[in-house]
Amino acid sequence: MKTKVFVTLKPSVFDPQGKTIVDALRSMGYTAVQDVRQGKYFELDVEAGSTDEARSMVAEVAEKLLANPVIESYRVEVDDERSQETGDSLSASRTSSSSAKSTHV
Amino acid sequence: MKFAIVEFPGSNCDHDAYYAAKHVLGQQAEFIWHKDTDLHGADVVVLPGGFSYGDYLRTGAIARFSPIMTRVREFADAGGPVIGICNGFQVLLEAGLLEGALLSNRRLKFLCQHVHVRVEQTDTPFTCGAAVGQVLKLPIAHGEGNYYAAPETVAAIEANRQVLFRYCAADGAVSDAANPNGSLAAIAGVCNAARNVVGLMPHPERACESVLGSADGRVVLESAVAALTV
Repeated sequence: MKTKVFVTLKPSVFDPQGKTIVDALRSMGYTAVQDVRQGKYFELDVEAGSTDEARSMVAEVAEKLLANPVIESYRVEVDDERSQETGDSLSASRTSSSSAKSTHV
Repeated sequence: MKFAIVEFPGSNCDHDAYYAAKHVLGQQAEFIWHKDTDLHGADVVVLPGGFSYGDYLRTGAIARFSPIMTRVREFADAGGPVIGICNGFQVLLEAGLLEGALLSNRRLKFLCQHVHVRVEQTDTPFTCGAAVGQVLKLPIAHGEGNYYAAPETVAAIEANRQVLFRYCAADGAVSDAANPNGSLAAIAGVCNAARNVVGLMPHPERACESVLGSADGRVVLESAVAALTV
């Protein structure tokens, strides 16, 4: 099962790389770009009996390793279902919005 | 007494730490491979600088799961003195043995230079030989040394006197100009609440002999010897 994890710095954390990219874009003439936040993107191919199982395992992996809860948040996507789960690592919440699961088919 | 120097794949200051402990301080020292599950009776544990696991994912993020880290955590929980230097500091933060995180330096440059740090607290096994306010000239060599923690965490560690070292000018004055990497509150090193686990970005082990530009780092390792000898 194909899953994706997006890891980004929390809004409160300064992102010097994003700032450098904004400065570069401005110097290129893209003055409309207000802000850039750089993050990480992971593709995990997992064996799981259901999308729920895949989602919960990948969220656990994101929490334990892929993201550092002190500075980063993560978001999990399970491709098959095009469902999403967001997690704010700070509160360690893995509040899967079940309503989002079947939003897209 | 015996120093254990943990070696991760990619550690590169392990020999500096070994040399400082064994040949400068005249203590016993032993390298411990990260896959080992025994600290071989060590009295002090050093997590050295370097680029463990190539800094993949985040600095220290993979090394914290090395088998030896289970023992290091037990050793720390039992009150044993543990010091993480540079990458070792990053490993301790990732492992949750210290609070906070280290971000990319604010100007994104890898910094390799001597800096000054002010000793803020002396009631730890790695600062007990120093004086409060003492200024140490130590080398730094890092790309991710920009200390960050949530405001409430910073407030808590300040209140608990867990900030041990702050970047400063040669006269001890803390200023933005003397802060090489953008660390919050110019924090260069901290300890845990129990005060036996210490992490810092500068390299005391590389500044133990004047021929190396400074011998100011000696007091950090000598403190551990004094703390355990008393």
